[in-house]
Order: sequence, then C-alpha cells, then structure tokens
Amino acid sequence: MPMLSANPLLDPFTANEFMQHALFASVLVALVCAVAGTYVVLRGLSFVGDALAHGVVPGIAAALIFGVSGVLGAAVSAAVMMTGVSLITRKSRLSSDTAIGLFFVGMLALGVIITSRSTTFIGDITRILFGELLGVTTADLLWQFAALVVVACVAYVAHRPFVLMSIDDGLARTSGFSVPFFHSLMLILVAITVIASFQSVGTLLVLGMLIAPAAAGALLARRVSTMMLIAAAYGSAASYLGLLASYHYDLAAGGSIVFIAVLLFGITAVVSSIVARRKEYEIPHQHEHRH
Amino acid sequence: MHTPGCTIKSDSLAVGYAHHTIVGGLNMHVMTGDLVALIGTNGSGKSTLLKTLAGLLPALSGSVSVLASEPGSAPKRVAYLPQHPVSSHTLPLRARDVVAMGRYAHLGLFRRESATDRELVSDAITRAGAEGFADQPLRQLSGGQQQRTHLAQVLSRQAEVLLLDEPTAGLDLTGKRAVADIIAAERARGVTVVVATHDLQDAETATAVMLLAQRVVAFGPPAQALSDDNIRECFGFTQPH
Repeated sequence: MPMLSANPLLDPFTANEFMQHALFASVLVALVCAVAGTYVVLRGLSFVGDALAHGVVPGIAAALIFGVSGVLGAAVSAAVMMTGVSLITRKSRLSSDTAIGLFFVGMLALGVIITSRSTTFIGDITRILFGELLGVTTADLLWQFAALVVVACVAYVAHRPFVLMSIDDGLARTSGFSVPFFHSLMLILVAITVIASFQSVGTLLVLGMLIAPAAAGALLARRVSTMMLIAAAYGSAASYLGLLASYHYDLAAGGSIVFIAVLLFGITAVVSSIVARRKEYEIPHQHEHRH
Repeated sequence: MHTPGCTIKSDSLAVGYAHHTIVGGLNMHVMTGDLVALIGTNGSGKSTLLKTLAGLLPALSGSVSVLASEPGSAPKRVAYLPQHPVSSHTLPLRARDVVAMGRYAHLGLFRRESATDRELVSDAITRAGAEGFADQPLRQLSGGQQQRTHLAQVLSRQAEVLLLDEPTAGLDLTGKRAVADIIAAERARGVTVVVATHDLQDAETATAVMLLAQRVVAFGPPAQALSDDNIRECFGFTQPH
C-alpha cells in the first residue's frame, strides 16, 4: 500500500523528478501561451491558432518515422501551413475561414496517413495529439525556455503594432506600421508557441492553453500588460492543479491541465458577468443618492 | 510638382475599391490651413476619398499627393479619424491608452514615451473633453465618449493634416460645438483639415465645400457650392421617391 503523503500538495513534486520536469514544462507552456495567446485573443486569431496547431501534425509524424527531431518537422509543417493559408486567402474567392479550415483538416488527415505507416500507430498519434508531459527531458525544457525568450522579446518589440492591429488594421497602417509584416510576425509567434508546447500538452490541447488563460485575462484586465500577467498566472495555476489531479487520481496530465484552464475561464466569465450586472444596477442607485 | 503652401493636390483622381470607381475626376488643390468639407449621403464617396488620402486605399487612376508625397507615406504628419472606429468588447484598454496610441507614429517600435509625449496625450484628452473618463476601460464607455477618445487620439499626433470622417457622429450638441472649436484651433496653428460630414452647418465655416454624389456635384467656396440646386442634386440622388 502506498505511503500516505505528508503533504499531498507538494510531495508529488518534491519526491518525483518526472513531476518536477512536468511542472516546469507546463509552466513554460503557460508563460509562452500567455504572451502569444494575448495577441491571439485580442486580434481574434483563435481559428488560425487552431489551424496551426493541427497543421504541424504531419511534420511531427514524418519526423518520427524518419527519426529526426519532432520540433524540426513541426517547424517545416507550420511554415507550409502559413504559406498555404496566406496563398489560398489571397488567390481564392473563398472566405479565409473556409480556406484555413480546409487546409488544416487536410494537414491533419495527412498526419494520420503518415502515422498509419508506423508500427506504433496508436501510441504515436496519441503522443502527438495529447502530448507526453510526464516524459519531458531536460533538453526539452531548455528548448521551451529558448522559445519563451524569443516569443517574449519579439512581442516586447512589436507590442505597439500588435495592439494597434487589435483595434484596427487601418490604424496600424496610418501609424506607419506594415500590417502584412506584423500579421505574419504574429503568426510566426503563434507557430513557435505551438511548436514549443506540443510535446507537453499535445497539438490538440495547446489551443486551450493559448486561449483560455488569455480570455480570462481579457475579462479581468484594464491594460494589455495586466491581461498577459493574469493569463500567465491562470495558466501556471492550471498547470499545478492539473498535474496534482493527474498524480492523485491517475488522470491524463495534459488533458487535466487544459480542462482546468478552461474551467477557470468559465468560472471567471460567470463571476465577472455577475459582478458587471451588479455594478450596472448600483450605478443608477448611486446617482440617486447624489442628487 | 508640389506647389509651396499646397498640402493636398490631385489631378483627375479616381477613388474606389478594387477597380470599382466610386468618384472620378477629382481635381483638388488644398492650401495649408484650409478646411475642406466633404458633403454627401452614405455611399457618395466621402469616406472612400478620405481613405485614399490616408493611404488606406490606392488611387484607381490620376494622381494624388499629400504633403508633397504619396498618401500614407508621412504617418507622423497626417492623422486620420475613421468612421465608427472599432471598439471590441474584449480589448483591455483604458481611454488614456487609446489616446496614447496617437503618439505611436512618432515613437515607432523602440522610442520610449517621453514626458512631452505624456503631456501631449493629457492635453489632447482635455481638449476633446475626455478627462472625466480617461482612466475608464474603453469597453465601458458610451458611443459619444468613445468618439471623444478617438478624436483625442487624432489630436495627440500633432499632425499637419487631419482627415476626419464624421467626427461629430454620436455626439450631442455640446460635443458638436467642441469639435467645431477643435477644428478652428487646429487651423489656427496651420493644420489643414478635411472633414466628411452630413451636416450642412459644419460646411459653412469651411474654406471649400465638395458636394459628392458618386461624382463631384460642386467644389468651391461655401456660398457658391451650397446653392439650393447643388444641395438638391447632392442629397436627392439616393432618395427612393
């Protein structure tokens, strides 16, 4: 019979190196997703983010078969995906969501076809889609940290055009910033984030970490920088709580983290709408008192 | 060639969207400090012309220059107020942050906001009458308050040319008077203003009025351009009866 933990909230992490790695990895995911996710939510790029997350599947699958780095495969796939989407959107008369939707489901199907050639099909596809948080190595952590630094630096430099584009592309253009350039740069940041995160939470679940904490931040914050900080705090809290639930109840780690992130967003949305309604009710009453 | 003192110049300019001309044959010669009022109904071409002058739409034919260069190539010197500026509900921005964006053309990617920048932002907030709600989130503001916020953003740029698309939309009488005062004050410091409006009263103080109805009905001093016949022609064309 397993020994009862003296401290069930900390012991899983202090006693197991794989849990420490998993916590570091998922907090790094939370941080990089907080930065990229803030712009994804502000600019309304959730669908493109989803498409990019699925679009990397064939690259990772091919990399697994040929025995090269999954990160390299994902990067090539993401590049194909972004070029394809922007070409189709520009040349075709279809709306961009149709173009993006078709492209991403095509890439996902290709990923499944490639993986079906592998002898460990089910294991491989599960790992790609849902991640392998409990098998994260020190090298993976270093790569994730490097990705976080790159994404944070680019976002810091491009913050002004990114925020202008969140209001209106025309405003960015008339302020002297090239919209096509900064739009592509934003997509590249999302791609780097997806690539840095898929090993931990998987390509299917990364969207949850990208959007849920940032959306909660958007509901609570009055400034973009605060929104990013709230997103980082929510994502990190979801990482810790998810891993704890996964350890004690033997649940899938990636799934638990993303589910808690979405749950936290849901609670925030409900609470903030109740608070907002109460404020609306209070304001006319305050006026009455003043008069 | 740029004529000294001439801020906006166009020759046989045609404006529109993707090969669809909305107004053609625009010959403009706007001098520094002038106020040009563009008058017409919705779809008459006012906004299309302003977007072309702001560099957001390419000229379909003919030539156009703003401050002796291509439209859109001098973002520090030209400020544009779009019609119905977008205000998404998710944006976590205070009115003050939105006004401060007017300085981004000067700051670019790397320059830090200086005390002067902050002063210009505060000054613009006061002039647009937005000080009462400057620290409120944009999403909690009324339509009129948002319009004042966007107007303050345009003022904070300290531009030489203002392109204003219906700046009084959503404002009450006090707000409309404030906009008229702002335009007068900007002109007094040598700013050229092109304003699109439905309101004929706004046009009476202008140097020149352009009546548009998917073509130029009249262009000249208000007394001349705002004749009854011209006004009927300008506003009559889309009337269903």
